[in-house]
Amino acid sequence: MRTYALYLVRRFAQFILVVFIGINIAYLITHLTPVDPVEQAISSVTMFGQSSPEMVEVMRKTLRELYGLEGSAWEQYVTFWRRMATGDFGPSLSAFPTPVSTLIWQALPWTLGLLVCSTLIAWIVGNFLGGLAGYYRKNSLLKALGILAMSLQPIPYYIVAFILLVVFGFLWPVLPISGGAEMNIDRQGFAFAGSIIKHSILPALSLVLVGLGAWFIGMRSLVSNIVTEDYVTYAELGGVDRRRILFSYVMRNALSPQLTGLALSLGAIFNGAIITEFVFGYPGMGTLLVRAVNAGDYSLVLGITSVSIIAVASAILVIDIIYPLLDPRVARS
Amino acid sequence: MLKTVRDLFRYNLEFALGAILILIVFSFAAASFFSPYPPMDSYVVAPDVPPSWAYPFGTNSRGQDVFWQLTLAIRNSLLFGLSVALMSRILSLLIGLVAGYAGGITDRILMTINDTFVVIPLFPILVLFFFMMRDNMSWPMLAIAMASLGWPYDARLIRSVALSLRTREFTAMSVFSGMSTRQILVEEHLPYVLPIVFSTTLNNMNWSIGLEVTLSVIGFTNIETPTIGTMIYWANQHTAMVAGVWWWIFFPVVLVIMTFLGLYLLSVSMNEYIDPRSRLTRMGGQG
Amino acid sequence: MNARPRANGSADVMLDVKNLRAYYVTKYFGTQREVRAVDDISLRVGRNEIYGLAGESSSGKTTFIKTIAAAIRPPLTVVGGSIRYSFLDRDIYKLDRAALSAIRWRHLSYIPQGSMNVLNPVRRVRESFIDFALPHMDLRKQQFFAAIVAHLERLQLAPGVLDAYPHELSGGMRQRIAIALATVCRPDFIIADEPTTALDVVVQKSVLELIREAQREIGSSMIFVTHDMAVHANISDRLGIMYAGRLVEEAPTAEIFRSPKHPYTQHLIASLPRIGDLSAKRALTGAPPSLAEPPSGCRFHPRCPLAMDICRETHPELVTIDPRHRVACHAVSPVVRPDRVVAAAAKQRTGLVQ
Repeated sequence: MRTYALYLVRRFAQFILVVFIGINIAYLITHLTPVDPVEQAISSVTMFGQSSPEMVEVMRKTLRELYGLEGSAWEQYVTFWRRMATGDFGPSLSAFPTPVSTLIWQALPWTLGLLVCSTLIAWIVGNFLGGLAGYYRKNSLLKALGILAMSLQPIPYYIVAFILLVVFGFLWPVLPISGGAEMNIDRQGFAFAGSIIKHSILPALSLVLVGLGAWFIGMRSLVSNIVTEDYVTYAELGGVDRRRILFSYVMRNALSPQLTGLALSLGAIFNGAIITEFVFGYPGMGTLLVRAVNAGDYSLVLGITSVSIIAVASAILVIDIIYPLLDPRVARS
Repeated sequence: MLKTVRDLFRYNLEFALGAILILIVFSFAAASFFSPYPPMDSYVVAPDVPPSWAYPFGTNSRGQDVFWQLTLAIRNSLLFGLSVALMSRILSLLIGLVAGYAGGITDRILMTINDTFVVIPLFPILVLFFFMMRDNMSWPMLAIAMASLGWPYDARLIRSVALSLRTREFTAMSVFSGMSTRQILVEEHLPYVLPIVFSTTLNNMNWSIGLEVTLSVIGFTNIETPTIGTMIYWANQHTAMVAGVWWWIFFPVVLVIMTFLGLYLLSVSMNEYIDPRSRLTRMGGQG
Repeated sequence: MNARPRANGSADVMLDVKNLRAYYVTKYFGTQREVRAVDDISLRVGRNEIYGLAGESSSGKTTFIKTIAAAIRPPLTVVGGSIRYSFLDRDIYKLDRAALSAIRWRHLSYIPQGSMNVLNPVRRVRESFIDFALPHMDLRKQQFFAAIVAHLERLQLAPGVLDAYPHELSGGMRQRIAIALATVCRPDFIIADEPTTALDVVVQKSVLELIREAQREIGSSMIFVTHDMAVHANISDRLGIMYAGRLVEEAPTAEIFRSPKHPYTQHLIASLPRIGDLSAKRALTGAPPSLAEPPSGCRFHPRCPLAMDICRETHPELVTIDPRHRVACHAVSPVVRPDRVVAAAAKQRTGLVQ
C-alpha cells in the first residue's frame, strides 16, 4: 500500500511537470514573439473605421489589462499563472462579454465525448485484433487486416478525415458531415441523442481508423515478442488451453505496455481530435480554436491551449492511477 | 552497403514497395526544375481544365497547371520534412546519447523532461505560435518551432541504444584507454546509433509533413508558399469539390499518401533489418 | 488414450529414442542454413530411472530435450528417427495439438531452467496451478485445491504461496513452485532442463533434494539435463555425455566417474575439483565446433589429445563395450584397426599419468 502511495506521488509530480512545462512554453510563445496581440487587436478594429487617438489609447490600456500584459516581465508571469490557477482567462474578444472559460466549458464535453469514445474503441479493437494477428501469424484474414492497418497508420488525421468527408459528403451522402447535432431538434430525449451519435460517426470513424492501425501494429509486434517469453513457452509445454494462453498469458501481458503507449500518445490523439473536429465542424475545442484564431481572439486561443495541456495531463494521470490494477509489478518497483 | 540495399530490395517486400513509392515521389519533386512556367503564377493556363494530354493533372480555378504546381509543392513539403527531421535529429541525438551514456541522475532528469515533451499536445501550441506570428510566419520559422518540439520520441529510442552500448565491453576499453567522453560518443557509439537515427529521420519526416499539411489546410501557415497543404487549402477556398474540380484535390492527396506510405514502409523495413533478433536469425545464430 | 505399454518393447523402458536427428533450418534474406543440433542420437530411459544428460552449452542437449518434449517450433525440424514413450503408441512429435495437450502433465511434464521466468507475472500462483493441472485432474475445484495444498505440504512449501504473485517470491522459491507444478499430476515421465543452474549453491542443494524426493514419491522416470558433473554425481542413475550434437558415451553414473572412456568425458571428470587435489586443471584447447559446419569424422578430433588419422575421416559409432557402457571413440572401441587402438591406448595412459 505504501509503495502504491509512493507511486501515485511520483505520477502526480509528473502531472505537475507536464502542466508546468506546457504552460511555460505557451507563455514563452506569447511573450517572446515580436507581435503584440494588443496592437494586432487594435489594428483589426481600427481597420474598419475612424477612431480618435484617445479612444485608441483607452482601448490599448484596457486590452493590456485584459490580456495581463501590464507591468514588468515578472509581474506578467505571476499574473499569467494566477489566471491559469483560477481558470479565469478573461472575457472573449470575439464573443464579448462571454468569459473564455464559459466558451471552453461549452466545447469541452463535445471534445471529451468524441475523444473518449473513439480512443476506447480504437484501443480495444486495435489491440484485440493486433493480438490475434500476432498470435495466429498464418491467418490470411488477419494478414490482410495487417496490411490495411499498415497503410492507415502513417496517414495523418487530417487526410483520413478529409477523405471520409469527400466520400460521405459528395460520393455517398448518407451521413451528416457537419455539426454536432441537428439544429431544430429538442435538446433532450432520444432523438437528440440519436442525432449526436449520427453526427459523431464520421469524426469518430476517422479517429478510430488512424488509431486502430497504430494499436494493431504495436500489439502485433508486442505479441510476437511475448510468445517467446519463458512463461508462454512453458504454458504451451504444459498443455494449457490455447485460448487461455492467448488471453491470460500473451495479451494480458501486452496490455500494460499498450496502456503506457496510450498515455504517451494521448497528446497526439488530442491533436487528431481537434483537427477532425475542424474538418467536420464538430462543436468542440478544435472548431473553437480555429474560430478564435480567425477572429483574433487572444484570450480564447491562450485559454484553449492551456486547457488542452491540462486536459491531456489529467487524462494521463487517470491512466497512471489505474495502471497498477493491470500490472501488479508496478506498485512495487 | 550496396549489397545490403540489394538484399533488402530482393527479400523484403516492405522495403521494395517503400523504395519504389519514394522514388516516384522524389522524381516528381525533381521534375519541378523543368516546369515550363512559374508554378505559382496565376492564369498562365486556362482554368478548370480536366486532366488531358496537355494537362495530365488538369488545371485549377486559379489558372495554374496542377501537375507542375504539384511538383513544386511536393518538393517544398519534402524539403520541409527533411529540415525539421535534420534539426530535431541534432536535439534527439544530443539528449539521447548524453542520457544513455551518463546514466544516473542526468539520465533521470533528461528522460523526465523528455516524457513531458512527448505528451504535451503540440497542435494547439503550434496554432498559438501561428497566432502570435501571423504575417511574420515563414516556413523556416515553422520548421524551427516544430524541430524544437519534435525530438523527444526519438531521443528515448536513441537513449535505449546508447544505454545498451554503455554496458558493452568496448566502451570500458575506450574508457580505460583514456578516450574522452566526447570521443567515445562520436567515434565509438555514433556508428551504432546511425541506423536507428536514419529510421527515425524517416518517421520524423512523416510527422512533420503531416503536421505541416494539417496546419496549411486550415490556413495557419504562410499560405503563399506552395506545399501539398497549401494546395489543398486553395482548393478548399475555391470549393473545388463542390465545383467539380476534383483533380485539384485528388492528385495532391494521392501523392502525399504515397509519400507517407513510402517513408513509413522504408522505416519499418529498416527497423526490421537493424533489429538484433532478426539479425541473429539472419546470421544463423541460435540461442 | 494411448496409455498402454508398447507390445514390442520391454515394459520397463519408459522412453526409447532411436537415431534421432533434429536440425535448425533457417532461411533469412536469402541464405539457407542448417544447424545439426541433434545428430543421430539413440538412448533408452528405464522405469523409475533418472537419466542424466551432460555436455557443455551448444552440445545440443537443450535441442534434444525440446525434441523429446515435442516442443518443436520452426526453425527446429525433426529430420529423422523415432521417440517412443511407453504411454504412447507412436512417435510423440507426430501427435497433433489436442493429443499432445492430453498427455502433457498427466504423463509427461517438464521442470524448467532455474533462470527462467515460467510463472505468468500478472497471475497469482494459484491461477497457474489451475491453468496447468486442473484440466488433467478429474477433480472439482475444492478437492483440487485440497490436493494442491497436500502436495505443497509434502514438498514442504507453505500453502500461502498460492496467493502470491511471482515477483513477490525469491528465485529459489519460484523454482520450488515450478517443481511442485511439474509433479502435481504425478506424471510418468519428467524432463528436467538445468533446473538448478542459476541458483546459488545452498538453494541448489535443497532444490536437488526436492526433485529427488518428488521423483521417488511419485515413481516417475526422468531425464535430467545439466552441464554440471557434480550435480550429476548427486542425482543421476545413468549418465549420457553429449558433444556437438552426438552422444559420445553412456554408462551408470558411478561407472562413468570410476572409469570414463571417451577423452571428452575424461576431461569433464578430470576438471572437477576434489578436496585435497592441488594439481593444476588441464583446460581443453579450442572451442566447441559450429554445428552449422561440424568437423569431418569424429566431431571432437580438433580438440582431442588422442586424435588419429581415422578420427578425421570417419565418425566413430556408439559401441557397447560393457553390457551397460557405450562409447563412441576410435581409440576405445576395438572394432577397427586394433593396432592403432593399442598405440592410442598406450598414449592415453601416459596422457592420464601426466
